[in-house]
Amino acid sequence: MTQNFRLEGVGLINREKKISFKFNGKKYYGYEGDTLASALIANGIHLIGRSFKYHRPRGFFGAGVDEPYAIVQLYRNGETEPNIKSTEQELFEGLEAKSVNCWPSVNFDIGAINNFLKIFLPAGFYYKTFMWPKSFWYKVYEPFIRKAAGLGTASIKHDKERYEHKYEYCDLLIAGSGPAGLASAYAAAKNGARVILAEDKSRFGGTLLTSEVNIGNKSGKEWADGVISELKEMPNVIVKNRSQVFGYYDHNMLVMTERISDHLPKTKKFHPKQKLWYIRAKEVLISSGSIERPIVFGNNDTPGVMLSSAAKEYMKVYGVLVGKNPLIFTNNDSGYETAIEFKKNGIDALILDTRKDPQSEIVEEAKNLGIKIKFSYVVVAAQGYKKVKSADIAKISDDKEQLGKIENIKCDCICVSGFWTPTIHLASQSGNKTKFNEKIDAFVPGISKQNETTLGAANGTYTLDETLKGSFETGHKLSKQITNNDNKVSFPNVVEKKSTVHDKFWCVPLPKGKNYKRFLDFQNDVAVSDIEIALREGYRSIEHVKRYTTLGMATDQGKTSNLNGLQLVSKIENKVVPAVGHTTFRPPYTPVSIGAIVGREVGKHSKPTRKSPMHKWHEKNNAVFVDAGVWLRPRYYKRGDENLFEASKREAKNVRTNVGVCDVTTLGKIDIKGPDAAELLNRVYTNAWLKLPVGKARYGVMLREDGIVMDDGTTTRISENHYHMTTTTAQAANVLSHLEYYLQLVWPELNVNVVSTTEQWAGAAIAGPKSRQLLQKLFTNSDVSNEGLPFMGYMEGDLFGVKARIFRISFSGELAYEINVESDNGNFMWEKIIEVGQEFNIQPYGTEALSTLRIEMGHVAGSELDGRTIPYDNSLEGLLSKKKDFIGKRSLSREAFTVEDRQKVVGVVPLDKKTSIPEGSHLVKDSNAPLPNPKLGYISASCWSVEHDNPFSLAILKDGKNMIGKKLFVMSPLKNKVIPVEIVSSHYVDPKGERVRS
Amino acid sequence: MLYIKCPYCGWRSQNEFSYGGDASIKRPKLNKEVSDQDWDNFVYNRKSLRGKHWELWQHLSGCRQWIKVERDTATHEIFKTLKADEDISL
Ligand SMILES: [Zn+2]
Repeated sequence: MTQNFRLEGVGLINREKKISFKFNGKKYYGYEGDTLASALIANGIHLIGRSFKYHRPRGFFGAGVDEPYAIVQLYRNGETEPNIKSTEQELFEGLEAKSVNCWPSVNFDIGAINNFLKIFLPAGFYYKTFMWPKSFWYKVYEPFIRKAAGLGTASIKHDKERYEHKYEYCDLLIAGSGPAGLASAYAAAKNGARVILAEDKSRFGGTLLTSEVNIGNKSGKEWADGVISELKEMPNVIVKNRSQVFGYYDHNMLVMTERISDHLPKTKKFHPKQKLWYIRAKEVLISSGSIERPIVFGNNDTPGVMLSSAAKEYMKVYGVLVGKNPLIFTNNDSGYETAIEFKKNGIDALILDTRKDPQSEIVEEAKNLGIKIKFSYVVVAAQGYKKVKSADIAKISDDKEQLGKIENIKCDCICVSGFWTPTIHLASQSGNKTKFNEKIDAFVPGISKQNETTLGAANGTYTLDETLKGSFETGHKLSKQITNNDNKVSFPNVVEKKSTVHDKFWCVPLPKGKNYKRFLDFQNDVAVSDIEIALREGYRSIEHVKRYTTLGMATDQGKTSNLNGLQLVSKIENKVVPAVGHTTFRPPYTPVSIGAIVGREVGKHSKPTRKSPMHKWHEKNNAVFVDAGVWLRPRYYKRGDENLFEASKREAKNVRTNVGVCDVTTLGKIDIKGPDAAELLNRVYTNAWLKLPVGKARYGVMLREDGIVMDDGTTTRISENHYHMTTTTAQAANVLSHLEYYLQLVWPELNVNVVSTTEQWAGAAIAGPKSRQLLQKLFTNSDVSNEGLPFMGYMEGDLFGVKARIFRISFSGELAYEINVESDNGNFMWEKIIEVGQEFNIQPYGTEALSTLRIEMGHVAGSELDGRTIPYDNSLEGLLSKKKDFIGKRSLSREAFTVEDRQKVVGVVPLDKKTSIPEGSHLVKDSNAPLPNPKLGYISASCWSVEHDNPFSLAILKDGKNMIGKKLFVMSPLKNKVIPVEIVSSHYVDPKGERVRS
Repeated sequence: MLYIKCPYCGWRSQNEFSYGGDASIKRPKLNKEVSDQDWDNFVYNRKSLRGKHWELWQHLSGCRQWIKVERDTATHEIFKTLKADEDISL
């Protein structure tokens, strides 16, 4: 198909490079530098989708970020993305796009029947229609809404693209590279400030690309190009295009998306698709310009009705005609500029001006060019279904209430200009108290809360001369405050055409007997009548009206609709617009992809992965890993076709009969030094610490202030003022912060230092009846006999030339030791243990066997110390000192903690000695009791006891103390299981603890 | 994201810190009789103020010091930051 609407020799596109693309399966051509929208219009395509509610045909309304209609489903390099504005999407070779919100096709859309049912779909129809009956919701309403609604389909595939985050700091962040942004950036950069200039579009310059002005004897575009190339060369300046500053957060933190690869057929190797910038700026200059607003008239959503500024931009930037028989409907001088641009390209436009007799340079120029103008004229309604074919026009009375005789004139597009609305989103997000400017009928920034200044059109300044002057001055002033430099740049001479005042007219009255839909919000299909209904039904607050009617709520967030909505509410309510107020502007200004927000924190990168120094050995020896906090730990070592259950049973059994070795590097380790170290331990642990001799370890329990167990572990006195504390893997970071809290804030008088040494030491636990024999062969120079190294003893040793710490402590309940060496020697230690251990049938064991061993031993761990239990619940009350105070002690006398039938840890064995008990199951007295069946306790941990060869579980049970020997039922509705069980002591193996001392 | 001036390290972003609650709470001295009411006030009862609030933050990914920050809970404005041993009532 040929590009019938492409102009010759006009625009900024690269005609050397033809690009092919597909829309709804059909192939078209455009040029490099086109957007999808400009390329489609060049090909005469104006029907691009269907509307949200009534499925009315949708065309193009704007030429950029404000676009409410022209949203497509994009296909790029095997991926698909919804909600893409065709006015923003740059064309690339092989681009494919499809219409959204229509089925079976954009030309024949079954949903358009809603258009004829529209009297049944008024404001609030979601609330009214889908309220009852309740049973209809899942079966009828939801599937219907799901099918009918939505502006595209999210991909369910994993996104292969890479997204990055970047943190940046600067003196001035300038959002928008129009005249205000360029002037302020230039002045500030020349004054030595660190500047970031961000432009949303691919081209810098904003309105300078489309306006007929002269700056310093250059065209606007030439001047902009010159400033940008100079800024790009400066080391103190970052200039970014395709970058949208979308959010203004606390303490001058702004967030920006840089679309690095979206305009390319595929992302280059090692490049991200998008980058999210977190920018902390000392000062923010908002030069985001303004958006033209529509005038409301009948059928104003027909494809071919668009903003007059967009029509001009399509001509000047893309060399594309939006129509060949244009009608221009304006209440100000901007419409004339578009008409003049049409004329330059040989197209005669007819201007309908709502004003009676405007006098200005621009109006004069249009008259001199012979452009036809009808004053005091309005478009009553657009005619045509899938594209404008004609317009009903009429003269309007001076009071703008009465329409004259309606005539129908042919046209193929209607370019509308209802004056300009400053883009105040960023200012408002920053907390700025906006104010209403009567002169321009729009809100502008008022008093700043943070360090932000709004410049140019975004501040309601619509002349270039004033904009440039103000922006140069502001850029200089703010940079001077920061850098103390005073280098001024010279101010260029500006030539622009003068315009006159606009007409406050914004909505054409309905002619008698006609009931045209007059739309306010094009993306959400909100018409004048919907707002009228909402107000009739009693909605008053603009925030409520918004939510009831969905005005301004879609992906365009009402960029073109908000003000006209306010005008209407204020008119009906007989209030001035500022009294109605605007709805809150919230970030993001434009939709941001989830990928950009997540950045590189996806999959395995969502948290750090920590590996022990022995990790490679585990990998080589068929370890199956499990996530333990941020650590990867061997869960079991697979032999042959063993499963988890078989392998862990084998490993645990080998510990009970021979000797096993387990990587315990992940345990938290804290080095504690200072003359008051013992005093600190005595205060944070529940038991006594002042008399622990050098060379001895002790088990300790730590509470929170509310009496709940925080953590447990052993601490060893290495020397007089030096202790080595261990914590559980999960609580390591919290325990360190806890100690720092008390040392810094509560007891600053204690002379103690704490530091994490978790990563400095590699740890191996060797456990089992043969562990001492193994130890003797590992440390041939040391006396590791029961007398030389008794239970809870500590010594240093020489492991084949490597310095090691040996602790006689046990988690498994067997005779056991833990060896620590410096991390770099971890693998050496491990391999030596395995090598020397061969003759004792050593086997490595993973966390599953470790759990089995501790569960059948009744040793509480994370599943019992779960942030809900006190020492008594865990049978740790013997560790509570009566003689001294400690953190959390006072809370233990709370009533709930001292009741007679307080919960306590117990053992649970199934009566059939066969059925495994699911963790998390509930314990009940009567399995047939009516629901809710009173719960007596819950299963905290389950294993297959290798000692008794039957299932065994730990449970936290109400009145556990008096329940030993009782028969109860375990119920797991999740697994649909009811298991009769007997309650036994939690110490299922070696209840007297003889083995650890043997 | 807040911007907090650590008295030791200077201006740092919020993601380096962790929040630690009301800075005006004083832990009763160890080994002292404390009434149930006073203990409840220390452990559980907080005012949840709207407006100026002295609170504790730890510079976790920095110097690891606990610091005191005077922040407006409604506007997030930060007025002052102090070291752990500096008194908020001054
Ligand atoms: Zn710090």
